[in-house]
Amino acid sequence: MTTSLDLTTAPGAADTDRTEAPAADVRRGLEPKGQVALFGADEPLAMDAGVAFAPFQIAYQTAGTLNAARSNAVLICHALTGDQHFAHTHPVTGKRGWWETLVGPGKPVDTDRYFVVCSNVIGSCMGSTGPASIDPATGGAYGLDFPLVTIRDMVRAQAMLLDRLGIADLFLCIGGSMGGMQVLQWAASYPERVFAAMPIATGARHSAQNIAFHEVGRQAIMADPAWAEGRYLEAGTRPAKGLGVARMGAHITYLSEPALHRKFGRRFQGGSAPTFSFNADFQIESYLRHQGLSFVERFDANAYLYLTRAMDYFDLAADQGGVLANAFKGTRTRFCVMSFTSDWLFPTADSRAIVHALNAASAAVAFVEVESDKGHDAFLLDEPVMFNAAQGFIDAAARARGL
Amino acid sequence: MRALRDLSPAPWDVAALLPRGEAGGARIDHLVVLGLVAPGARVLDIGCGDGTLLALLRDRRGIDGRGIELSREGVNACLARGLPVIQGDADTDLENYPDDAFDVVVLSQTIQATRNPRIVLEHLLRIGRQVVISFPNFGHWRVRAELAFRGRMPVTELMPEAWYETQNIHHCTIRDFVGLCRTVGAEIEKATALNARGRPMRFAMPWWVWNVMGAQGVFLLSRGEPGDGAPR
Repeated sequence: MTTSLDLTTAPGAADTDRTEAPAADVRRGLEPKGQVALFGADEPLAMDAGVAFAPFQIAYQTAGTLNAARSNAVLICHALTGDQHFAHTHPVTGKRGWWETLVGPGKPVDTDRYFVVCSNVIGSCMGSTGPASIDPATGGAYGLDFPLVTIRDMVRAQAMLLDRLGIADLFLCIGGSMGGMQVLQWAASYPERVFAAMPIATGARHSAQNIAFHEVGRQAIMADPAWAEGRYLEAGTRPAKGLGVARMGAHITYLSEPALHRKFGRRFQGGSAPTFSFNADFQIESYLRHQGLSFVERFDANAYLYLTRAMDYFDLAADQGGVLANAFKGTRTRFCVMSFTSDWLFPTADSRAIVHALNAASAAVAFVEVESDKGHDAFLLDEPVMFNAAQGFIDAAARARGL
Repeated sequence: MRALRDLSPAPWDVAALLPRGEAGGARIDHLVVLGLVAPGARVLDIGCGDGTLLALLRDRRGIDGRGIELSREGVNACLARGLPVIQGDADTDLENYPDDAFDVVVLSQTIQATRNPRIVLEHLLRIGRQVVISFPNFGHWRVRAELAFRGRMPVTELMPEAWYETQNIHHCTIRDFVGLCRTVGAEIEKATALNARGRPMRFAMPWWVWNVMGAQGVFLLSRGEPGDGAPR
């Protein structure tokens, strides 16, 4: 077991099991280390569902080097179907890291300057414990016996991971969509551990419309006979159709009408006339089917149920008597909130609600609405205005922290 | 016509407020604020542009500054300076700030562009202990001359756009503004008028003189005591 990052001096780090990242991934100075932190029966995760969950593991990746003062740590929080492979080739799909646009050497989240950590959320399926993991009590997969997960549970698990890594406080906590929810939860739950926070394309609660879309996705999965009441691993089946349909529907919400029109319009797939059948005549149909098919290759259906549920349950103000500002009372964290004009999943109004609550709490908050026609997914794409704003905010925060 | 006989409040010797040796090419209205703000104060600059004033106050006075700016370019420039500035405007983004959130609130050349100047002013007085507000004076003699002799909507240095493209939807004169202050019970602690070259008019003069000669009005306001604004 080799690692370029020496964390063996961190408290509790010695018992952390480490696995190597894919060997091919050593380019552009980035040498991420794929690692797993194990938490035994003596370190249960206190979950909102009322369960002290143990044992469990959190899979994570890091890039960059933790400085001697341990003051340059950045936590990246991934979105619903994201994972810890933020800035290097994905071991399953072979695709580039999902946030290489923003994170890397010389990028706004500069891996030459900061120690960047990204962990797979609890309840997911990319190495952290989730419904597809083996329940030691039964020897079979948890399936629906896995406790319901909340955004706060994800953040608690991340906090335990940072404790393990010997990181007392974060220089920056950043994430988009469900990742942005985690950033907000971090700032609310552990204000003293977050120096700067960047919640992007997110909301302090999931809207009724968003819950509705999620429910359609879940029902698609559950309507697939291969789902087998959640016991498909034992049954030897895969609810690929249901999960694919769920992904197709969700994917529409990540885009925008102008982006769809620009990319596909009403163009036909492989011809200029309809086939008078239910084949994928239109390019947009073919695209969505591809999205659905490729998704089921990498994602577990039950994990999709759990994570969509976690987002649905998220309502930061509900824990504060309905007053969102109370979640940030007395905070000294500096915030940069960002939204995109064409994002109808988490519209700018959602970000403004966060900003107004932060104003009411007298927090230091910056807010930028980025002009983009790319919809919700814009936060993952090449958006120079977003990069410039992020660069300005992060650089200034680094100066303020003496980095 | 009573207001015509009112003298302006104690003349605001803006020149004396200007910090010695700190001018350095900064805008005179910025220097006025610089002279007014105590070290470490909490300041909100509404319509803060590229953050020049907030950066000046932070670097020279160590203030805890916040900004609101409409333009994306302005917000980005502020971010690069490390200033917490939100993209927004005075009409929609003031109501959530708590009472007395700031020692000083600055609104420069903007109130005439808001949808509801009265509500904006009331919010300013609520969230700030002191309010510095400046606006182009529509009673300036050049404005009057344009209207009176040419019959055209005036285009001046402070109001550079034609009527069909200007953001200024609620023009007012200095006297109009004094009237609004009374309506909302604001106490005018200090006031001055700046001439067309941006220099302060240093002597106490009746409001009507300022109302003709001042190209812009600059006011230092605070919340009046309840009932304070009524009998005049």
